[in-house]
Amino acid sequence: MDNSNVDKSRRRFLTAAATVVGGVGTVAGAVPFIATMAPSEKTKAVGAPVEIDISKLQPGERIIEEWQGKPVWVLRRTKEMLEDISTQADVVSDPASDSSAQPEYAKNEYRARKGEYLVVLGVCTHLGCAPKFIQKGMDDSVSAEKGGFSCPCHGSRFDLAGRVFKGVPAPTNLVVPPYKFLSPSRLLVGDDSEAV
Amino acid sequence: MNGYNKLQRMILVILMMVSVSVSAAGGSKLMHMDVDLSNQTSLQRGAKTFVNYCLSCHSAAFMRYNRMGKDLGISDDVLKANFMFGTDKAGDTMTIAMRQSDSNKFFGVTPPDLSVVARSRGADWLYSYFKTFYVDESRPFGVNNLTFKDVGMPHVLWQLQGMQRLTKSDHDDAIHHIPTFEDLELISPGTQSEKEYDRTIRDLVNFMVYLGEPIKLKRTKIGVWVMVYLFILLIITYLLKKEYWRDVH
Amino acid sequence: MANIEKQVVEGLTGLRDWVDARFPLVKSWNEHLAKYYAPKNFNFWYFFGSLALLVLVIQILTGIWLTMNYKPSAEGAFASVEYIMRDVEWGWFIRYMHSTGASAFFVVIFLHMFRTLLYGSYKKPRELLWLSGMALYLVIMGEAFFGYLLPWGQMSYWGAKVIISLFGALPIIGPDLAEWIRGDFVVSDVTLNRFFALHVIAFPLLILGLVGFHILALHEVGSNNPDGVEIKKNKNAEGIPLDGIPFHPYYTVKDIFGVVVFLIFFFAVVFFTPEMGGYFLEHANFTPADPFTTPAHIAPVWYFTPFYAILRAVPDKLGGVIAMGLAVNIFLLLPWLDRSPVKSIRYRGMNYRIALTAFVISFVSLGWLGMQGVTPLYTWMARFFSVVYFSFFLLMPFYTAFDNDKAVPDRVTDK
Repeated sequence: MDNSNVDKSRRRFLTAAATVVGGVGTVAGAVPFIATMAPSEKTKAVGAPVEIDISKLQPGERIIEEWQGKPVWVLRRTKEMLEDISTQADVVSDPASDSSAQPEYAKNEYRARKGEYLVVLGVCTHLGCAPKFIQKGMDDSVSAEKGGFSCPCHGSRFDLAGRVFKGVPAPTNLVVPPYKFLSPSRLLVGDDSEAV
Repeated sequence: MNGYNKLQRMILVILMMVSVSVSAAGGSKLMHMDVDLSNQTSLQRGAKTFVNYCLSCHSAAFMRYNRMGKDLGISDDVLKANFMFGTDKAGDTMTIAMRQSDSNKFFGVTPPDLSVVARSRGADWLYSYFKTFYVDESRPFGVNNLTFKDVGMPHVLWQLQGMQRLTKSDHDDAIHHIPTFEDLELISPGTQSEKEYDRTIRDLVNFMVYLGEPIKLKRTKIGVWVMVYLFILLIITYLLKKEYWRDVH
Repeated sequence: MANIEKQVVEGLTGLRDWVDARFPLVKSWNEHLAKYYAPKNFNFWYFFGSLALLVLVIQILTGIWLTMNYKPSAEGAFASVEYIMRDVEWGWFIRYMHSTGASAFFVVIFLHMFRTLLYGSYKKPRELLWLSGMALYLVIMGEAFFGYLLPWGQMSYWGAKVIISLFGALPIIGPDLAEWIRGDFVVSDVTLNRFFALHVIAFPLLILGLVGFHILALHEVGSNNPDGVEIKKNKNAEGIPLDGIPFHPYYTVKDIFGVVVFLIFFFAVVFFTPEMGGYFLEHANFTPADPFTTPAHIAPVWYFTPFYAILRAVPDKLGGVIAMGLAVNIFLLLPWLDRSPVKSIRYRGMNYRIALTAFVISFVSLGWLGMQGVTPLYTWMARFFSVVYFSFFLLMPFYTAFDNDKAVPDRVTDK
């Protein structure tokens, strides 16, 4: 075998060319494998926006529906509840929802399009358990005397606007999903595009 | 002369003989049609026919409306207005409302799902099937079919095609004669001429081929790019090999 | 810039040394790549070993990704495959790679084995290499058989039914054995689930172990070559075979080229004709399995048809099963049936060349016959070619002992 007349630079060039072109192909080939793990059409169809009928919802009542596999709470708040929310600004960690997740129309004191209806995901922002609905006066701990939501897993507590109290494990307010009113008695959760 | 060159040549000849005879033995009792998936209007017309005539009894449970809309250039609104009767969610699959127990009562058999029928039967079979219905009083729905003997399905498209019959049934030697397409004759016309009906069926079969494998519209195009890339890579790796192997030769 | 380059190289070298002090990294690299000497005259027939390894990797990767969405139940299997084809992004691509890969595996392996027949690579001292390769072939056939049930189409179901009932033909233990394989009285959801476990986990692990063994056995004795000359017989002063070249970089660079050629064919099928006329994806398998309707024409997948033709050629059920089993396993005896001192067909006499040609013709013909329906003519032909097939092996001790072999050169030739 004759190694004497090796053109090192040509060899290096061809090796580099093969590596680069081959590398491009390898990356391109990897893309389908990675993309295929994204939610499938079936998952997206099942996770499509869901209509909720709130015509029978009484003041002070909460219903639980499902969207994208997660519980969605719709709470019809009384005037008293709305007044109580105004008093909680100094006991909640994020009163103006600056570090929490909600659409811009829910970045207000009541965290909702219409103050009367709270629409939130019933998933504790700590580690994902489902908090319980505490009516005013039910829980005798001081911070819940105005009513709210209490998580059984690690004791996080949220007020009636879904805002997280200070000194609990959960870091942020309950998540408000995109939603809109199709009519005064029908909500569409999962879609807030400006249409009729 | 090295033995293996002769062998290789012999193998090639055998393979050619085998492939020719295999293709010839395919069975020529079907009418042939050239499938054309590039004609989007044809696919749209076929989709319309399918939805109007087939979807009441047959499901296409593996196809989603919104997928069909995207592939065939049909907007969500047009989909909902003209193609979706059982649901208003474009992400839903094309299933039907008829219960299996009912369909068994009406037809004696459950109408099969049609999602991949074009892949199991083939386009030619479907094309022939839709064109070879004829009057047969002995059958429950009064029709039989040359491609699918004693089929349990009525001739759903009879209003378009009209009704055919087998001519040889009047002859003495009818028992010995195996009927072919030439023996079919139209006894009552439909709303479409023979040419129009042929086009309707071609559109329908085109659509059903698409229905069987929606990605077929795109995969050949992707394949061309992959081939271009691989040929570039082939040249580079060949040069690389040749360069290193200078040492050896 | 040169300074940074120098630092990176130094860093990597340091890392390599750290690992090498704790793991035989450099030693393995040398023993199996940079200082593993392979004959310099490898030709076209020598690409298929590395290609088999490539196809194995493709099958494992695509297989893993398929199991992310596939449902191994009689109720859900067929629908889950269509789900992958339509609803899962790029699912169709992964599915077609896996179905094409299965057939590609057998094309590559048949060619890989044929090389062995051409150049006598099964002869001493490579008998164990041959036996491990045969074991791999058998396991891969099993893997393909289990995998084929998974789509739960008509051909999947009825093909499995027929093959399992062959085991039922064995005397005394037959019916119980068939029931044990099925886990049920008929092929059912139970069978599907366990075939899934065997196809996804058990047999792939077995294959990986056997491949490791196969490559180690190869590296122990060194490769054969198209001249059948043992290159280790002529070494230089440093102990390096005169006709050998280090596997890396010469065969790594050559095999990479071979890979690209293969991928052109492979992806041409995947993108342009994945069904391959009904040979790679059978038409009947697009109908969901129906235990009450037998398809008009049951045929095994193309890579099993030669043996299926031999099975049908024998008029007795048990006899057919035995003949089929013998047809596959008789290859194991090759190292001892072949009495010629010459390895490569280049230096063999006419006897072996004629015999091998006849064998190839009969194998291909049997393969074609296995796809056809049963007619008197075809049955006669299958019987004729089965006799030729077995004669290749059974008469070999005689025609190889009395063959006009030519003189084998001492060094490899530049053909």
